[in-house]
Amino acid sequence: MKEEIIIAGFGGQGVLSMGKILAYSGIMQGQEVTWMPSYGPEMRGGTANVTVILSDKKISSPILSQFDTAIILNQQSMDKFENQVKQGGLLIYDPNGITRHPQRKDITICSIDAVDISAELGNSKAYNMVVLGAYLKKKPIVEMVNVIKGLKKSIPERHHSLIPMNETAIQKGMEKITELHTI
Amino acid sequence: MAEFILMKGNEAIAISAIRNGCDGYFGYPITPQSEVMETLMVERPWETTGMVVLQAESETSSINMLYGGASCGKKVMTSSSSPGLSLMCEGLSYLAGAELPCVVVNVVRGGPGLGTIQPGQGDYFQACKGGGHGDYKMVVLAPNSAQEMYDFVDLGFDLAFKYLTPVMILADGVVGQMMEKVELRPVKPRWSDEEIKKSFKWATTGKTPDREQNVLTSLALDAAVHERLNHKLQSKYKQMETEDVRFESYMCEDADHIIVAYGCMARICENTVELARNEGIKLGLLRPITLYPFPTTEIQRMVPQLKTIMSVELSAGQMVEDVRLAVNGKIPVNFFGRLGGIVPSPHEVYEAFKKEINK
Repeated sequence: MKEEIIIAGFGGQGVLSMGKILAYSGIMQGQEVTWMPSYGPEMRGGTANVTVILSDKKISSPILSQFDTAIILNQQSMDKFENQVKQGGLLIYDPNGITRHPQRKDITICSIDAVDISAELGNSKAYNMVVLGAYLKKKPIVEMVNVIKGLKKSIPERHHSLIPMNETAIQKGMEKITELHTI
Repeated sequence: MAEFILMKGNEAIAISAIRNGCDGYFGYPITPQSEVMETLMVERPWETTGMVVLQAESETSSINMLYGGASCGKKVMTSSSSPGLSLMCEGLSYLAGAELPCVVVNVVRGGPGLGTIQPGQGDYFQACKGGGHGDYKMVVLAPNSAQEMYDFVDLGFDLAFKYLTPVMILADGVVGQMMEKVELRPVKPRWSDEEIKKSFKWATTGKTPDREQNVLTSLALDAAVHERLNHKLQSKYKQMETEDVRFESYMCEDADHIIVAYGCMARICENTVELARNEGIKLGLLRPITLYPFPTTEIQRMVPQLKTIMSVELSAGQMVEDVRLAVNGKIPVNFFGRLGGIVPSPHEVYEAFKKEINK
């Protein structure tokens, strides 16, 4: 198993922490992982992205130009990364704020209304966990029990009371993902 | 089973310093290595191991704090990124001249000048060919993972005290910022003052009636004395070249061509090797782990089986000069590099490689 993922959106959406939780979940499952952020003068409202790789074997390059999965959370990222999904790969996006929807016919395309769902849950900070749930529904590469362990490792202990809420958000994401195009 | 922690290369440097008996860290913040001091400040090792963590007023100051700490036989270190390292070069030359051990981490960004905060490897010359003045060398370690960032702090101190010399860990923005799983090795406690007094007769541990006055300096106004010091330094560098060359080979056994790359570029080129192998091209990768001493002998050993060698760097071509010296004109030595903080993908390196071999 080797899964190469790009998660891209606005700073403040929880892109980097979602990647971190996914990477930690991989460690809990005994996988090799890398987490490589775009770093620089990004801030809330600017763009942020992270490349996460999970693999059964030692990982070589942490920098990639093609991905098995792209998780896209704003228009700039759609413009940049739609064409970097491998043929037969997966693109998941939140249509909120997207003006040009994905066009490709050679990849699977799914949407998740994570803004609405996290608002319904009453916690907009659970946004990234809704997206993570949607992803894990399509690619169950880590078991839920290890995701919870990964959450515990990624979140400071003083916030561990929030883990059940995060788990609910992941479940909601799994339920609500919509497949728009299959190959 | 060992416990694995997900951490950035920069965080691994900090955690490793605390766990490997480092006595003092002196630094000044700069991207992309600020997490080193941030992590130390969060961990508060002065409350546990007694390690000192101090933010100096500048890089010039922090390197001279290393001179002071190292003179006392303490395990001291600093970290910075390219422009900060330039400010430290005078101090590095003094530390080398006075034969003092320390570990200096450079998480390289694109230069010259203030440059960019994105990754670079343009400080190879500065690290391996001097930087500071005079005929000195440092052991230069090039980690390519968060685990090696962790491990090389300990290895760096071992080598620094073996040779009584500054050791540089030459990382880059990718290795510093990337998170990977890191295995925490067993803790090494700090040395006690008694242990230091007993082990390091050269250290300035205080004049007692039974002890001669001890002055640590790089100054020798008598030319004959100074030449002797220089010869002593040179014999240490010869010893490093025989005893402490480190490298890693990947798919080199049957290779017709090899890429030489270090740090993050070695990770990227490993993937390039796989792309080439999938198309039936026998490409291998040689990764120098010590940039000084350079794996010259290993390259020379491989030359008879090879058609070409390509050096791949985030620079305009620096390590390639050491590759050319090793190859000595016997086979073509090619080069591919990106500048200004751009990091190429494995595919981009592969295209550049194919272009060169099909010329």
